[in-house]
Amino acid sequence: MRVWDIVVVGGGPAGLCAAIEAAKNGARVLLIDENSRPGGQLFKQIHKFFGSAEHKAGVRGLEIGLQLLKETKELGMDVWLNSKVCGIYDDNVLWVVKDERKSFQVKGAAVILCTGAVENSISFEGWTLPGVMGAGAAQTMINVNRVLPGRKVLMVGSGNVGVIVSYQLLQAGAEVAAIVEAAPRLGAYGVHTAKVRRAGVPFYVSHTIVRAEGDGKVERAIIARVDERFKPVDGSEIAINVDTICLATGLTPLAELAWIAGCKFVFNRVLGGHVPWHDRYMATSKKGIYIAGDITGIEEASTAMEEGRLAGVSAAAAIGLIDTERLEKIAGEIWERLDALRCGPFGENRKIAKQQVMAGGDEQ
Amino acid sequence: MKGLKIDGAPSIDELRGTPGYPGIERARKGSIAFIECIEEIPCNPCETACLRGAIKVGRPITNLPQLDEDKCTGCALCVAACPGLAIYVKTYDYREGMSLIKFPYEYLPLPEEGREVELADRYGNTLCKGKVIKVDVSAKNNRTAIVWAEYPQEYFEDVVTMIRL
Repeated sequence: MRVWDIVVVGGGPAGLCAAIEAAKNGARVLLIDENSRPGGQLFKQIHKFFGSAEHKAGVRGLEIGLQLLKETKELGMDVWLNSKVCGIYDDNVLWVVKDERKSFQVKGAAVILCTGAVENSISFEGWTLPGVMGAGAAQTMINVNRVLPGRKVLMVGSGNVGVIVSYQLLQAGAEVAAIVEAAPRLGAYGVHTAKVRRAGVPFYVSHTIVRAEGDGKVERAIIARVDERFKPVDGSEIAINVDTICLATGLTPLAELAWIAGCKFVFNRVLGGHVPWHDRYMATSKKGIYIAGDITGIEEASTAMEEGRLAGVSAAAAIGLIDTERLEKIAGEIWERLDALRCGPFGENRKIAKQQVMAGGDEQ
Repeated sequence: MKGLKIDGAPSIDELRGTPGYPGIERARKGSIAFIECIEEIPCNPCETACLRGAIKVGRPITNLPQLDEDKCTGCALCVAACPGLAIYVKTYDYREGMSLIKFPYEYLPLPEEGREVELADRYGNTLCKGKVIKVDVSAKNNRTAIVWAEYPQEYFEDVVTMIRL
């Protein structure tokens, strides 16, 4: 069994920042990612980020990804790609399967879980037809693999993911026939909805998809108005000819490793479901296990990067590489930046939800 | 129209109530930025980009951008800096009967200079024809093109973009 100071699981924005901070402070770091390239969702984010200069606002997500990869190279950490962490045992021992055939046990004095999230699906008649996919899948196809999933798309869900992916589908040359939203108001930032609206994409609020139709593949989507209890209203169906239906219906934190490790969990609807309890240093209830990014609750890459830095610094402090005074100073600065991102009508809910998680209680 | 959270696009009434949207009277005096940012989101690159200090967000960074109509010269540095692509620079009296818009554009193919294009409103409806004066793809824009197009003054406020080619 090989031993590192800090093992980071997941090389997305949170994991890369955690690994970078840990290595910067002198830790020997192993970064593990199941994909062939680290970066997580960053390389799908071809749009300019929001925030302020310290959050890299105005920089495109993929450029942030390249910058972080450069830093990991310069710092000289170990990076295992095509490697899945399948289990976690006592004393921070991880079971890793590399290249789908080699099995290893590795140990970190501290472990940071940055495993991200998985897309939610909704089921409806015809949802197994080829052409129905997650919005994230469509985004991977167009922005990473440069394959257009279809010519004419219906987007289900008007949150930032649904609307940003719709915009990127337009950029890739597809037509977006409509964006449907079950709630009576649109979810995404208004600047995102305005971008696709002026490109001619109609929104249908208080509507949902009821059926996908087609011979062996999606040829049509049937949408309908919903009542205040989100039930489709008879006679309100509209048929829209599309060959692709994208589902952007939320995300759920990927927290299996924290469950296996026996971390204490709390349920929080705003953050996407069950998330591991953590303190203001991103430490879980299990000694030596830290978390950052979407595993701690669904947010954005900007917050994930800050949380990753915090977890990296905290883990380095826990193994004696940083003194308490310095940790407090850095943690204070990071919390200021996190608070700046979690304010206003879109962020305030998440700020309260995070406080609920740290307080250990469930939402009421 | 029912507004931003129903239609997806801000209505003129919503825009006119915000501190980044100048009046048409000011636009008659010369080029100026129209900041169509009406929701409090954590974002301030427009403030950082402006060399004249004409845009203020301040703290918290969810404040709506506030435009100083005296300081703004319509230089368009903020147009590509805005991650939301929500800023246009417009000149009411560009030439006889014609206005000019500089809008952010991230679709291919880009229009050629001199080409006639169809200009559209916030809902994607074609309003009028316009002529492309310039396509600014300089490096500082980081791959957001800024298209300059002239169009009839009667559509001054409603034109925000062009129909994709």
